[in-house]
Amino acid sequence: MIFSQPQSLTALFDELASAGDRPVLIAGGTDWIVEQHLKPTAAQRVLDLSRLAELRTLSVDGEGLRIGAGVTYRQLIEDERTRPWPMLAEMAKLVGAWQIQARGTLGGNVATGSPAGDSLPVLMAYGAQVELGSVRGTRLVPFEAFYVGYRRTVMAADEAITAIWLPTPAAGAVTQYRKVGTRRAQAISKVAFAGYAAGETIRLGMASVGPTVMTLPHTTAALKNGSDPVAALHEDITPLDDVRSTATYRMFVAENLVRAFADALAGR
Amino acid sequence: MAKMTVNGQEVTVSAPPMTRLIDVLREQMLLTGTKEGCGEGECGSCTVLLDGEPVNSCLVLVGQAIDRQVTTVEGLGNAERLSPLQACFISEGGAQCGICTPGMLVSAHALLERKPHPTDDEIREAIAGNLCRCTGYQRIVNAIRKAASV
Repeated sequence: MIFSQPQSLTALFDELASAGDRPVLIAGGTDWIVEQHLKPTAAQRVLDLSRLAELRTLSVDGEGLRIGAGVTYRQLIEDERTRPWPMLAEMAKLVGAWQIQARGTLGGNVATGSPAGDSLPVLMAYGAQVELGSVRGTRLVPFEAFYVGYRRTVMAADEAITAIWLPTPAAGAVTQYRKVGTRRAQAISKVAFAGYAAGETIRLGMASVGPTVMTLPHTTAALKNGSDPVAALHEDITPLDDVRSTATYRMFVAENLVRAFADALAGR
Repeated sequence: MAKMTVNGQEVTVSAPPMTRLIDVLREQMLLTGTKEGCGEGECGSCTVLLDGEPVNSCLVLVGQAIDRQVTTVEGLGNAERLSPLQACFISEGGAQCGICTPGMLVSAHALLERKPHPTDDEIREAIAGNLCRCTGYQRIVNAIRKAASV
């Protein structure tokens, strides 16, 4: 296995462009190193992103928040500038524990694209865009278009996630985040939900109930037009039994999470 | 020459960059205070500080620790000079088998550096990534609370 540490974004993009097979990219390594521990694979090349300080920056302007792909959960919790996006810190506090929050990155969570990925429902609800970089330049992909299947994204083989953009929430926006798992720390979710509502805009994200993060279009429409969102939920998700939970439990919990959000909206 | 600082001392790292930090600490440097309980970042018994932040050393590649500061439990104190936390773990009975203890001390140390007078909730959240099978956690929380009051 060849280990390389590009010292600049240019060097990273050059390496990705000239690589044959796509190398493994790691930042905190909190997914990949565990996978290797459980089931070693013959990856040929590993690119370590930990020297790229420009990926660890966070900035706010009138349009919104730009979170560098290398920003850790700990940074999301501690940086006051994320406060207008409260679900970011709420979610980050429930990822693993301090030791994982100090290493795991937003870009890593998005790139891994597990259906249980903790940040994914929150980014969906906030209407995020993914910034991708390569030797060919930069492009933005709306979050709802980023995943095309189980752990499959629209990233080209020579692209890397450089940042996540979140638009500024509208004044008076209602948000609700809930992660349901075996315990409050060190747990992968059985179901997780994030909801955002402001004026006519409602965006939902739900984890661990499909091959990727689910946007719940029928449920969203029901919440907007006043019909039964729990009935609509059954058109949006068909959860499975797996090592972590059962279809029945997931559906039961998902219904409760949607009900709780509907109640929050009724209160506004 | 690849170097990193461990417990205040600069060391040359001869291991390949993808060697786990826990293995460099235990095998190359013979700092066996840091324990491996799971190898998956779940149990926290391998916790060390990397540039002052608690991390699972089983999930850090030594190539990622080059030119950075690592603190292990050995850097907090020793039998001749116990740190306040170490002394309180002894007086409050915060250790039984001792496997979780190095990681607990490192996480607790990081907490008290940031929050000298934490609430019990803050203590429990800070050590949420350190699992203990023996004590039921209460005496560990007592020890950290006591160290904060010293």
